[in-house]
Amino acid sequence: MKTQSKMLILSFIIILLFVLTLCFSLFTGNTMFSPLKLWNDFIQGQSNTTEYRIFMYSRLPRTMAAIAAGAALAVSGTLIQAVLNNALASPNIIGVSSGAGFFALLSASFFPMYPGLVPISAFWGALLTSMLIYLIAVKTGASRITLILSGVAISGILSAGIDLITILYPDDVIGATGFMVGSFSGITFSSLFPAVFLIGIGILFAFVFSYDLNILALGESTAASLGLRVSSLRLLVITVSALLSGAAVSFAGLLGFIGLIVPHICRALVGHDYRKLIFYAAAIGAIFAMLCDSLGKLLFAPFEVPVGIVLSFLGSPFFLFLLFAKKRGRIYE
Amino acid sequence: MNDETILSLHNVKAGYGMSTILTDISLEIKKGEILTLAGCNGSGKSTLLKASSRQIPLKSGEILLKGKMLSSYPQKELAKTISFLTQMPITPAISVENLTLHGRFPYLGFSRKITKEDKEKVEQAMEMAGVVSFRKRDLRQLSGGERQKAFLSMVIAQDTDVLFLDEPTTYLDIGKQFEILDLVKKINSEGKTIVMVLHDLAHVLSYSNRIALMEKGKILALDSPERIYENGLLDTLFGVQGHFAEREKVYYFTSFCKK
Repeated sequence: MKTQSKMLILSFIIILLFVLTLCFSLFTGNTMFSPLKLWNDFIQGQSNTTEYRIFMYSRLPRTMAAIAAGAALAVSGTLIQAVLNNALASPNIIGVSSGAGFFALLSASFFPMYPGLVPISAFWGALLTSMLIYLIAVKTGASRITLILSGVAISGILSAGIDLITILYPDDVIGATGFMVGSFSGITFSSLFPAVFLIGIGILFAFVFSYDLNILALGESTAASLGLRVSSLRLLVITVSALLSGAAVSFAGLLGFIGLIVPHICRALVGHDYRKLIFYAAAIGAIFAMLCDSLGKLLFAPFEVPVGIVLSFLGSPFFLFLLFAKKRGRIYE
Repeated sequence: MNDETILSLHNVKAGYGMSTILTDISLEIKKGEILTLAGCNGSGKSTLLKASSRQIPLKSGEILLKGKMLSSYPQKELAKTISFLTQMPITPAISVENLTLHGRFPYLGFSRKITKEDKEKVEQAMEMAGVVSFRKRDLRQLSGGERQKAFLSMVIAQDTDVLFLDEPTTYLDIGKQFEILDLVKKINSEGKTIVMVLHDLAHVLSYSNRIALMEKGKILALDSPERIYENGLLDTLFGVQGHFAEREKVYYFTSFCKK
């Protein structure tokens, strides 16, 4: 079968999966209702029904959050893996998530009267950590190994900081537990829109520079000899990646694994061309987040399991599978 | 080959971090020649290639490319004039055709749209490099020789006046080494200047117009293969003596033995 036909079929499957998980996410939960009834309520102008209110003020913002966070974290992971030329890199591993978490906890501990500061601090934490890692790497030669080792070192310091705050201020950080696990529960449109706007810009930038990422994949030396401004591209891509993960963390908390496993799934499906990878990472990241969130709502109903926990339960075994799958070994070297 | 200088190095010092590898290099590279850098391990051959192609910054001295300071070239402009094939290029999971297409990157505009001219250049490059028969294959599934040809195909598509090749025959069997060096000769016959690093002295003597023998970050001798050999410089540097064979009325150095 020709590559073009394969891509068409794959795109069709992805769109179908997206629509199915979208419906699953919007219409399932502790309260089940039919889309048809909701549509009838809508065209008859009955906005006071319970179903309509649940849909508008809980399900819709929550599903939008899952789409935005899933797409943002998957694209962020794809970008980090591209810029570090390392398939095991992700926002978690290079310390971006730890930076977001540390700043979020600092804010929760020192300014407990301002809970709204937590997501903003998380965003700045992600951005500052990324910039710090990049600066350290530049000062030492900016090789991809230096970059990832810098990330691991910074991540270690920030994780120790998170533990320290948790021990010193146990009362203040109780409210931050949901944030640390990662959840879409209780999200409102007003808290979502600024982050969604930033995510939109970030994904657009990722598309614009996707071809250059293909050149970067040839290695620093070859890319530079082909006329690519390697350091500038790296700086830009790291900033965009931090923008995406920081924006996602700001409303969804510290969601792990999407940024690591979705790029791998996409590479297995569409190959290593970043012009396709970015698009598919965004779509599959959104599907994955919606699916895990819906499962979290249903698996132990009426209790709700935060999406971060479902992601870890599904993501960890999958990650192990990737590490030890012999057939795919070459891809993940 | 003519006497016009395409690249000239004046009192170049270069290295990595705090260490200086090249101590004081002055060299004129002629347009259309094959200049081979030879010398013992750690003599600074690869560093000289990297400094000359702006892969690493100079500590002092200057390099002129076509009479213009090398440092003043915008990145893409430089990539249209100089190409550099590293010793061990990273091999991504892409096809030979796509790799060759990447050679056209310096010519792409902001939208990165591939033009008809780019496609023609890619076809010509693949034809010249002899990779057409496996153009759709993944680089990671190729043998060492095929892979090296694919990277040379990319460099041909880049269509630069000067090609820097860092040990293009490393890890290849003897047959593939000749294939690659014959391809290098073919590229050179199109008027391209080749500066390469080789370790095999038989290849160095057989495939070069001039040889720069390097030792401890300096150029020990710069001359034609015949004069380098006749003057006993290889004996001085490596302690070896050569043997010859004839192919199509041309004498080739075939092997060396300890003197």
